[in-house]
Amino acid sequence: MGELSSMSSLTEKDRPIVELLLNTGTCPRCILRFCCVASQTLYRCPYKDLMKEVKEFLKNNQEKEDTVCCDVVDPPCKRIRLEHAEEGPDDLNHNGAVQQIPLVNDETTAMENSAVKVCNVCLGILQELCEVDFVKKVCQKVNSADYQFTSFVFSVSLPPQLSVRERAAWLLVKQEMRKLGLSLAKDDIVQLKEAYKWIIHPQLSEELGVPADGKSLFEVSVVFAHPETDEECHFLATACPDCFKPAKNKQSVFTRMAVLKALEKIKEEDFLKHFPCPPSSPKNLCVALEVQCNNGAVFVAGRYNKYSRNLPQTPWIIDGERKLESSVEELISEHLMAEFKADSFNFSSSGREDVDVRTLGNGRPFAIELVNPRRIHFTAEEMKGLQQTINNSSDKIQVRDLQLVTREAIGRMKEGEEEKTKTYSALIWTDKAIQKEDISFLDDIKELKLDQKTPLRVLHRRPLAVRCRIIHTMKSEYIDEHHFRLHLKTQAGTYIKEFVHGDFGRTKPNIGSLLNRTADILELDVESVDVDWPPTLDN
Amino acid sequence: MAAAARGGAERYFTRWYKADVKGRPCEDFCVLQHSNRICVITLAEAHPLLQSGKTIKSINYQISANCSRLQNKVSGKSKRGAQFLTELAPLCRISSSDGEEYTIYSCIRGRLIEVNENILSNPAILQEKPSTEGYIAVVLPKFEESKSITQGLLTQKEYEEVLVKRLNSSS
Repeated sequence: MGELSSMSSLTEKDRPIVELLLNTGTCPRCILRFCCVASQTLYRCPYKDLMKEVKEFLKNNQEKEDTVCCDVVDPPCKRIRLEHAEEGPDDLNHNGAVQQIPLVNDETTAMENSAVKVCNVCLGILQELCEVDFVKKVCQKVNSADYQFTSFVFSVSLPPQLSVRERAAWLLVKQEMRKLGLSLAKDDIVQLKEAYKWIIHPQLSEELGVPADGKSLFEVSVVFAHPETDEECHFLATACPDCFKPAKNKQSVFTRMAVLKALEKIKEEDFLKHFPCPPSSPKNLCVALEVQCNNGAVFVAGRYNKYSRNLPQTPWIIDGERKLESSVEELISEHLMAEFKADSFNFSSSGREDVDVRTLGNGRPFAIELVNPRRIHFTAEEMKGLQQTINNSSDKIQVRDLQLVTREAIGRMKEGEEEKTKTYSALIWTDKAIQKEDISFLDDIKELKLDQKTPLRVLHRRPLAVRCRIIHTMKSEYIDEHHFRLHLKTQAGTYIKEFVHGDFGRTKPNIGSLLNRTADILELDVESVDVDWPPTLDN
Repeated sequence: MAAAARGGAERYFTRWYKADVKGRPCEDFCVLQHSNRICVITLAEAHPLLQSGKTIKSINYQISANCSRLQNKVSGKSKRGAQFLTELAPLCRISSSDGEEYTIYSCIRGRLIEVNENILSNPAILQEKPSTEGYIAVVLPKFEESKSITQGLLTQKEYEEVLVKRLNSSS
């Protein structure tokens, strides 16, 4: 405990700074920061002890090498000895008795026994707001949010006026150092946020029972505000107007970044004209506006089959009215949302099919991003169970190979959308009669090149363009004079329906032009999506 | 899916008509309106160009000294750069071998997306398949106007009544 004076944390050269800062209303931890004390353990000492130690330090002069021992508070005899040594006219109060701490004024002495004065630099951040009661409050909120996590990263947002006050304190200290012919490198001053994290991390870690880890996906964030001093930054807008962009959505123009930028630009003299140095002592501490928890997204992948000809991929809503019940993504995601207890989801797949098209075979790869999930750990067994639940809940879709994947894995699925082949089965009608011989030539056509203009049915929302696509192979199955089935293997991105009916001649060639008839597509099925991702599990 | 009476390309379109455009008898047009707002301008069955005996001599998309519909260029989803059309904006001029000239009008307000270049190389399809491969142009009305454009047009039923009237008055 008596480390302050026994280690060379505070040395003689710090004395005038310590005295100056303490007298102008700065808390002991900020004092340590401005004296470039970088010992983390020191900051973690309880506030009361630190305050005591600072005052002790000020009382001790150079001769006091046999200083206070580590774990015992000053024995009364020693204190008296010190008082006698420091006694002077100022030390006597109006009763003539020696005051215990002669160096500070009446007000702050009284404070020692009652409420702690709010620090004029950190506005309480390094005072109450890093100590046990506050930590307990934060952890209560975290625990009640009921997240599953094995580590945490703590992020804190400080009100911008702290940077302004820090600058004012720095200028004050610099001035004093100049008087003494000393220099103080700005970079050696311990950053407020850094000190705050030194103090609060171990406490949070202890209370939550998990380690702090910068790479953790579980984030606890606290936003502090100090409404009392919100206007303090405003002078910067007149001094450096180009640093402040117009506010969007009623948010304050005085963002942390903007304030920091302005502080870099503003000249020392201009700063001192507009801002008190030392900074004034506020009445109130900062308030913690919110304690928010957020878990990094988890990704679930699989393949789906679609057996309904009446099911859209995504919800079909026009003017607030749902046109068709449910959707592929909802049928798959709703159970995942419930199990993972996520805020929302983002569904993506390796291409997609129309409402009236079935997806057969191995199914189409998909991936779901579950945003801010409360639960993140699932065993392979549990995933199998989830898959079963989804499959039992609907006969319109079925899923397989359901598994947790990483964000990077999504890229493989998307690459499948653009590069991999698909096979289809189409039921085709023709206006004029056909015989087997009329369609058998289709089987011999390989690598048929198509020029497809953007189909009319999507032209309202896609740019007008011509796409070259290849039909690799075809296999026909004669049914009757007006019907046949066609199996096709095509390049990714080929519009099959348009290849059959021709889309007003905007897809060339098309079945109609090849057969010299008018053709229509009655049914379309996706037989396979030739992407080998996600990995097949033994289902 | 049900079997189509006509080609599958037109399944999701509603047919609207404009008759005797600019007072010229039987110069009727059919606007195929997709549920997604896209409209395809075509000749209606009654149009003189589709009557037997007519041969098309030329199709010209240069409708004035400064304006060729062939130079229409659109970019992006919102089809920026498109020539804007009003109801009576000419799309093209078609002459038949008997010396007649016909102007094909837009019939609706909106952005010109494309004109059918296939009929330039193969005018026959205009007459063989006027409602599909022989279309004239694709027009995208403004979003706000997509419902109101049909106010100036006749429904299939109303058009059929017009045809009946014509038949009765000529007999």
